Amino acid sequence: MSTDASVAAIGDKIRCDACPVMCYIKPGAAGACDRYANHDGNLVRVDPHIVLERTVEHGGRLVPFQAGGDWDGKIVHQPDIFVTAIGAGTTYPDYKPAPFIVSSEIDGVDMVTVVTEGIFSYCGVKVKIDTDRYLGPETAIVRAQGEAVGHVTTGEYGSQMLSLGGVHHLTGGSKKEGRVTCDALMDLSNCKAVELTIDGGATVIVQAGKPPVVNGVGEERMRVGCGSATIGMFAKQWHGKVDEVVVVDDHITGVLSEHQAGKLLDIADTGIKMKGRRSTPGRYFQVAEPGTGWGGTNISDPLSILGPFDLKEARPGLTMLMVSTTGEHSSYYVLDEALRPVETEMPAALKFSVERIQENCEPALCTVLFMGGAGGSLRAGVTDNPVRLTRSVKDALTRVTSGGAPVYVWPGGGITFMVDVTQMPAGAFGYVPTPALVAPIEFTMRLSDYAALGGHMDYVRPLSSLRDSAEVRPMPFIPGRRA
Amino acid sequence: MKRLPQIALLPDGKRLHLQDGPIDLIVEAKGSEREVRMAYEAAAQRFTGLLDELCDELAELRQAADPNRSTLKGVVARRMHAAVVPFAEDCFITPMAAVAGSVAEEILGAMLGAARLDRAYVNNGGDIALHLADGEQFTVGLIDRPDSQGLMRTMLIGADDPIRGIATSGRHGRSFSLGIADAVSVLARTASQADAAATIIANAVDLPGHPAVARVPANELQPDSDLGARLVTREVGALSESEIEQALEAGADCARRLLASGLIEGAALRLKGKTLLVGTRGPRAVRRHEELIQA
Repeated sequence: MSTDASVAAIGDKIRCDACPVMCYIKPGAAGACDRYANHDGNLVRVDPHIVLERTVEHGGRLVPFQAGGDWDGKIVHQPDIFVTAIGAGTTYPDYKPAPFIVSSEIDGVDMVTVVTEGIFSYCGVKVKIDTDRYLGPETAIVRAQGEAVGHVTTGEYGSQMLSLGGVHHLTGGSKKEGRVTCDALMDLSNCKAVELTIDGGATVIVQAGKPPVVNGVGEERMRVGCGSATIGMFAKQWHGKVDEVVVVDDHITGVLSEHQAGKLLDIADTGIKMKGRRSTPGRYFQVAEPGTGWGGTNISDPLSILGPFDLKEARPGLTMLMVSTTGEHSSYYVLDEALRPVETEMPAALKFSVERIQENCEPALCTVLFMGGAGGSLRAGVTDNPVRLTRSVKDALTRVTSGGAPVYVWPGGGITFMVDVTQMPAGAFGYVPTPALVAPIEFTMRLSDYAALGGHMDYVRPLSSLRDSAEVRPMPFIPGRRA
Repeated sequence: MKRLPQIALLPDGKRLHLQDGPIDLIVEAKGSEREVRMAYEAAAQRFTGLLDELCDELAELRQAADPNRSTLKGVVARRMHAAVVPFAEDCFITPMAAVAGSVAEEILGAMLGAARLDRAYVNNGGDIALHLADGEQFTVGLIDRPDSQGLMRTMLIGADDPIRGIATSGRHGRSFSLGIADAVSVLARTASQADAAATIIANAVDLPGHPAVARVPANELQPDSDLGARLVTREVGALSESEIEQALEAGADCARRLLASGLIEGAALRLKGKTLLVGTRGPRAVRRHEELIQA
């Protein structure tokens, strides 16, 4: 959030000119107003701030939106109208009650929603990119605008995971690194496209809910399976139509005649010689280098992963299909008199099987999960005994949502949660110059449970007091999103 | 950039919120719709530019008040000075000790100059200026600590009472305290007088030199504090029952002197869960409150 005030630094003090009092503010202290503070030399606004001012400017009104539906079996009902935390504002450090503590009576049960916006210095996004193309080596640095914002983590089934943000990039590096990280996290969380470059790897444009664009090429499909799995899935359909099939895959390339699935169909040996390291029969690792070519390898000519055919077992006229795990690449070959594969027009039956592979690939998407920890200060805005809120969440008495979207709360200490940003209302995220992200978080519980955990009962407001007030703004409708 | 105060009705549609820099007022008036609207318009008009007026003389307002003279010009600044003068002979006090109450009074005055109201209050962060027409009354809740919730007690103030100002001071508020009181609430004839007296009494609730009390020079916390290098209270550790009583009694002595000289109408002193009431108003007000609950 940009502040209206500007500053002049005097030693470690800064002078705020938000108002004519012109306070000198020491690091860690607030000015006379308690609204502006010196956070590590930056003037930050700490009073309830309207994070969505910008969104409102070009979107209009927000909140409430219908949750609706019958009782879902959860201990805590979803209120008829759910109040999200977006734009609720917060204070930091937060010993003051959360700006809205809303009570609404639903089916005779007094509900309490403690609505606040958390300032998350400890936060980041986990990105899942559906692609077999090589994005970069594991642990490689991921950059935005040249600044390190995260790293490549594990390869999952048909997807590459990135871990971005976190406290070390937000606050542990240079000021620019923190700012760029904060911007990238906020844009990704607000479902905007962000270009990321990976050291020793690809440039990828990531946008939640959209296909990734790797080195300028839009990804269309997730692979149907690894090369070996593809052999298993389609062996029967290929039986009798072709002598050999190679499914090219950077992870596990499959070879029909050697694979267990081929053996069960009594498919004869073909004398094929694969490069790479044989794992089990018909399954090969490292047939090439990773890349953005066939099946996530760096090759454009699939024959480059084959050695010469065995003269004793191979025969002229032998047919072979080579295909990638998505069906995006495919070629058909016939061995000539010298037992060399010669590319030939693919028979219709095999074209059909390639199309079947394509058909079974799901659309490739980028998934962005925001992950943050609700720290002590945020919890203190909800109750004067913060640990009880944590326990209440763990005991499933309190439901945690983020912008009304369901969250996964990690077991173990604290309230560390993950949320799919595409489930959240538009523009749900903001930032403070700390730098840190501002994300909505709601705790919903029974009024009696709220009292029991030391809630700020004096600040509970009936839901009706929010209706028709300036603080209530209908959500802008975003197609494809939960409303 | 032209800075304008934030002026808006609160969600209940009844109360007016005025904020500019460190000044944060909640205003409510009762009367005919037209009179209330006129009063709110007057409040908004008077409020705009008020902080600039004060800041023009901020340097002098931060100096120890001279009991005999003042070169201050602004009406609010002069009211601040007047409110602290009775204490300036005996101890260090700056007009800033009465800033909140003086601003509240000024806004209330502007409202009453523009409209006929049954009753009205201007609450400046707990320092409150009141207006009561005949037969009207206010129920006022006193809080224990400004940073936590829960009413310490409520008091009933009627039109026939001389009280038109209420202020609370203590070590938890926005401004610093030289004493250790959690809260000292003062009832007085005006908000500015209440504000200054609450500061003085809260400073007097003290255990000088007690090892459990952590003190820090005010200007180490706020470089431009009007208290300069004077030690202000940051933490109060465990105190025995008798020490709490001793500290409260020191404050109560001060409060009784102010009561006898007519500077206050009553005071409630709070430290570590113990409350001490001073003045005939105190016990009577509490009794009245109990009657109210029974009725």
